[in-house]
Amino acid sequence: MQRTRAGVFLPMHNAGSRLPEPKGTKVKLIIATIKPFKLEEVREALTGIGVRGMMVTEIKGFGSQSGHTEIYRGAEYAVNFVPKIKLEIVVAASMADQVVDTITKTAQTGKIGDGKIFVLDVLQAVRVRTGETNADAL
Amino acid sequence: MQKGQNQMKFLKTLAPAAALIALPSLGLAQEADTTPPMEEVGYILNTFMFLVTGFLVMWMGAGFSMLEAGLVRQKNVTMQLMKNVALFAIAAIMYYLVGYNLMYPGDGWSMDGVIGAFSLTALEPVGLADTETDLTYASVGSDFFFQLMFCATTASIVSGTLAERIKLWPFLIFTVILTGFIYPIEASWKWGGGFLAPGAEGVTDFLDFAGSTVVHSTGGWAALAGALILGPRIGKYKDGRTVPMPGSNLPLATLGTFILWLGWFGFNGGSQLYMDTAANVADISRIFANTNTAAAGGAIAALIVTQLMYKKPDITMVLNGALAGLVSITAEPLTPSLGAATLIGAIGGVIVVFAVPMLDKMKIDDVVGAIPVHLICGIWGTLAVPLTNGDATFAKQLYSIVVVGIFVFVVSAVVWFILKMIFGIRVSEEDEINGLDMSELGMEGYPEFSKG
Repeated sequence: MQRTRAGVFLPMHNAGSRLPEPKGTKVKLIIATIKPFKLEEVREALTGIGVRGMMVTEIKGFGSQSGHTEIYRGAEYAVNFVPKIKLEIVVAASMADQVVDTITKTAQTGKIGDGKIFVLDVLQAVRVRTGETNADAL
Repeated sequence: MQKGQNQMKFLKTLAPAAALIALPSLGLAQEADTTPPMEEVGYILNTFMFLVTGFLVMWMGAGFSMLEAGLVRQKNVTMQLMKNVALFAIAAIMYYLVGYNLMYPGDGWSMDGVIGAFSLTALEPVGLADTETDLTYASVGSDFFFQLMFCATTASIVSGTLAERIKLWPFLIFTVILTGFIYPIEASWKWGGGFLAPGAEGVTDFLDFAGSTVVHSTGGWAALAGALILGPRIGKYKDGRTVPMPGSNLPLATLGTFILWLGWFGFNGGSQLYMDTAANVADISRIFANTNTAAAGGAIAALIVTQLMYKKPDITMVLNGALAGLVSITAEPLTPSLGAATLIGAIGGVIVVFAVPMLDKMKIDDVVGAIPVHLICGIWGTLAVPLTNGDATFAKQLYSIVVVGIFVFVVSAVVWFILKMIFGIRVSEEDEINGLDMSELGMEGYPEFSKG
């Protein structure tokens, strides 16, 4: 227990001891950066293979495409960060390869700046409403 | 605007001759009558024309406000609006207090041909009671109303160049002097019958129909003097490079440009000064059409040149290009053919695309491009008059550009310098970085937008 300034006692957050042992099939997290105009196509292809959810964030960044220059009223300026879309998709581990494959095929234009895909192991997934874990939580 | 009056004399002497020539063909075609059908009708139409074209020019105040609000950054939008509405109001009052009679002294010159009369503007009595009204021109009220809008336009030009860094009150004090004295004095030389007016004794035949030099370059010279003394915005020129500071709202800048384009029909069309004969009304139509096509030429030229130079066309340059076309045709919107007017405007559009980066190389920071548009294209337009009007010569046009330029630039520089000494004309570094909206006014143009 920890005492706050207002004198209220709050339960101390102690992650390790309180989490239930995860049950069910292991899941993986796929992080993909894609060109913004490809988002709709990728979403359609992924729902087509049975992906039931994804997180989408508008981001800026640079990779091998690095930046480019634009001109405003005759003066050049560097655009150091290129706009991209970041997808975060959690799926059953067995499905990860298929998801990666689908994103690669649909997001590809063949030109520099098509993006990157990272696959990570997920320690645990929980559905907030029911407390189900791992693949059951998806 | 001496030109219209001279033309009237010319037309009146021409009328009987035209009638003689027309005799054999009578009955075959309706010949244009170049005498007013009735004196009072002429007076009514002249006056009415001034009122309509005058409020078109007034609307240019809205055009400048929107153009400038769109081309400054978000943190300076409210200040730009404040300056534009305040300068218009100041111009209106100063023109009443001193400007009108300083510019049109009649026979009451304080210094012959150079400095006009110092007196308040007085209108005709209500209902023209107990007066002998000269019915060959228009009412004083309409003439005053129309001319005052040109004075306000001159002041509008200055605010765009000096945006984002100048203090409000010193700017407004400068506006008082520009609209009360600098503009009326130099304009009197040409339009008030002073030493630059054609026909006056021992004088040049300087032709400037609606004011490429008298209005636009004058605003441009005053802005240039201010920009040199004020210095560029913080961070604009770094390590020999120009750092772009993109405008906050290009839809507003585009709207402003279209409003200016519309207002210009009043600016140039009204400068015909007479709408009392078929010939005059046909001339006004010519002016409208030429003014429009010059703006189109300027916009297209800027579109093509920026595409070729930068690989992507620049909307802000296309907007400046349209305005450059308008300024370029203002010195002579009547005599060119549609083709010539388009070319005069197009050259203006090209000039702007090269002049904007050139000023940046010289580290003269002009936020909205007012110096390229109004000063440089004003000079170009004035020099282009002899191309289509045989009454003008390059030498006399150049002489007048130089005389007006030196006067306006020197007097403006002195005023800016005195203001700098007394009050300081520039906000503090911190205020400039935070934006004039919050530091000088305490309110923002777009309070619910995130800081980009």
